[in-house]
Amino acid sequence: MSTVRHHTLSVLVENRAGVLARVVNLFSRRAYNIYSLAVAPTDDERFSRITIVVDVESAPLEQIVKQLNKLINVVKITELDPRAAVERELLLATVNASVAERPQVAELTRIFEGKIVAVSNEALTVSLEGHPNKIDDFEDLLRPFGIVQLQRTGRVALPKLDREPTRLTPVSSTGTRAS
Amino acid sequence: MQLNGGQALIKALEMEGVEVIFGLPGGAILPVYDPIIDSPIRHILVRHEQGAGHMAEGYAHVTGKPGVAMVTSGPGATNIVTPLANAFMDSVPMVCITGQVPSAAIGSDAFQEADITGITQSVTKHNFLVTSAQDIPRVIREAFHIATTGRPGPVLVDIPKDMVDPNHPNSAMEWYWPTDAEVAAGLPGYKPTVTGHPRKIKEAAELILAAERPVIYAGGGILKARAAESLRELAELLDLPVVTTLMARGAFPDDHRLCLGMPGMHGNYTAIMSMQESDLLIALGSRFDDRVTGRQADFAPLAKVIHADIDPAELGKVRTPDVPIVGDCDKIITELVAAVRALLDGGAARPDLTSWWSTLSGWQERYPLAYEPQQEGEGLKPQAIIEALCDAAPEDCIVASGVGQHQMWASQFWKFRHPYTWVNSGGLGTMGFSVPAAIGAKVGHPERMVWAIDGDGCFQMTAQELVTAAAERIPVKIAILNNAYLGMVRQWQEMFYDERYSEVYLSPDLPDYVKWAEAMGCVAFRVEHPDDVAAVIEKANAIDDRPVVVEFRTDVAEKVFPMVPAGQSNSDVRVAPFQVRPAGDEAGEAQQ
Repeated sequence: MSTVRHHTLSVLVENRAGVLARVVNLFSRRAYNIYSLAVAPTDDERFSRITIVVDVESAPLEQIVKQLNKLINVVKITELDPRAAVERELLLATVNASVAERPQVAELTRIFEGKIVAVSNEALTVSLEGHPNKIDDFEDLLRPFGIVQLQRTGRVALPKLDREPTRLTPVSSTGTRAS
Repeated sequence: MQLNGGQALIKALEMEGVEVIFGLPGGAILPVYDPIIDSPIRHILVRHEQGAGHMAEGYAHVTGKPGVAMVTSGPGATNIVTPLANAFMDSVPMVCITGQVPSAAIGSDAFQEADITGITQSVTKHNFLVTSAQDIPRVIREAFHIATTGRPGPVLVDIPKDMVDPNHPNSAMEWYWPTDAEVAAGLPGYKPTVTGHPRKIKEAAELILAAERPVIYAGGGILKARAAESLRELAELLDLPVVTTLMARGAFPDDHRLCLGMPGMHGNYTAIMSMQESDLLIALGSRFDDRVTGRQADFAPLAKVIHADIDPAELGKVRTPDVPIVGDCDKIITELVAAVRALLDGGAARPDLTSWWSTLSGWQERYPLAYEPQQEGEGLKPQAIIEALCDAAPEDCIVASGVGQHQMWASQFWKFRHPYTWVNSGGLGTMGFSVPAAIGAKVGHPERMVWAIDGDGCFQMTAQELVTAAAERIPVKIAILNNAYLGMVRQWQEMFYDERYSEVYLSPDLPDYVKWAEAMGCVAFRVEHPDDVAAVIEKANAIDDRPVVVEFRTDVAEKVFPMVPAGQSNSDVRVAPFQVRPAGDEAGEAQQ
């Protein structure tokens, strides 16, 4: 996926019933597109972190951030610049692999440092954790074998330690920065 | 002190200073209605939950205090969704309490169950589902805090029946009242920005002094921030012209020499064109609504923009401002006045707006708001009725309106001299708003005269609340401008659909408005002749113990002008046909 159209928002929210629904509803109601979404509680159980990859062609990122900020349960939003963030995603895929093809799939998985998690006579289930771009490449290379089922988690991300976490940076030329 | 949840709820409302609740009981909210008997809070029993919501809005509009409505679960709650959406669009502070089925039954499709927190997520500023009776005081405090601070708005609190039912163990709670600090700690994600950034304010002041054709674009935020005084100070400091949007009518006096009146789709020619030709829009508490801007790409093409608003999301949503300022309008304007004064004291030149004002005055002279006199055989002129109502009313009279032609005429032809005298549904455009909103306004200000200016279509949507008004002795006055049509839709069909009138005819006689009003406990009059208008209004104004309904039979074909057709540029504003100059005339810029 291109990194130009997509931006990763790390949204710290109160860990309460219904908060995810509020966030998702907001995207739906304002006609913004979510590319992927991952959510789980943080180390502080009062809060959860939602990592949302947004499609900024549907709306300027700044407007999305401002509207999200209006949700009472949203505590903090950070835009994670891919250059200043570590990003990971997990893929599970079952691919067609006859006994003859099995070594090729196994080799591919080994090159990508993935794992084979299940084997049958006709198929393999493999897993791969890594940077989303690497997952994309792996998925492309698996496709010729015939993908039976595939599930990706959507990316999770945190700021890199060696730099300051980037502040909210408007990316659209039509947006303006609030004072 | 041990209380049950219902007692705690009512006590919390008392602690918040609530004087009146508009509501209607039902199964799930029933236990809360018992402690109301012993509370000093007045409860007004409405005839439909939508009425409760709009009454709370009317009350909030005129008093500045949050309006409170209380209804039961399921249909009671869904009936109040429209007022919530209305209050959300117009930033009206309101707290709505809904009963909910017992917590053990939630999700089971129980009798009168509706997922009202889910349903209202996108039309409330926030909502709560109470999960423990012990939380009730905290949730109520948070609800009022959220509804009334920052950009105001409606907050809904949904309370399962077992939390308030004294016969249920879940209702037991130990009373407490959270401190401000505890409320803030409970809302870690809610910190509205109140003070404008000093550097931005200085930049704004510099832009204002450099402008040749500035216009203050005052929106409803001026009223919400109670900034009418500071707005006037800013305008008078430099003789800046002021337009007041539909939501800001009264925020700047219509009879002030600097007032240009209402801009937008049915604004007056000068207000519209002042923005189109302006080189600096000073947008204060306004949001570049499509009814103001017309086609956005063509709106005020020459203008730089200063945009001050308490909601950061409004800045840059529609129009990218040159100077965005987030904060409370009153504070920002006060700071702006100080910044302008400081620059002037430092030797900056006062802008010379003589040429701009001569352009504006020229437009005002050439295209005043006007209408043609009534001809033999025609119905009454609605504009004339509004002028007559305004002339006969005290200066501080409050006017509520519904939505449609009558609303536009009321906004155009009533002379608003004070803030908080105009109550209407701007953003959502809710037909049927005026009768309940007027009742709520009258409850908020019983000492003042309150007129609802309504259309025949709107009146039929919420008229039953006049029973509430009669029963509760709330003497509002309703003027029905009866043109027997859904007039605004008819106007569009006449102008844009080749006069093919589809489903807009309502009949002048069905219902019989006088009989209907009388049946609801009101005094009622019908006016058909222009000679009777003033006398009947005088009679209506003299009645102060019951609601009054006056039905005016108005001209079917009368249309609202000026008009910017939907989706067109404001520069293509159409004035009334009789005001159009022949082609080649220097005034040819106004098109028919």
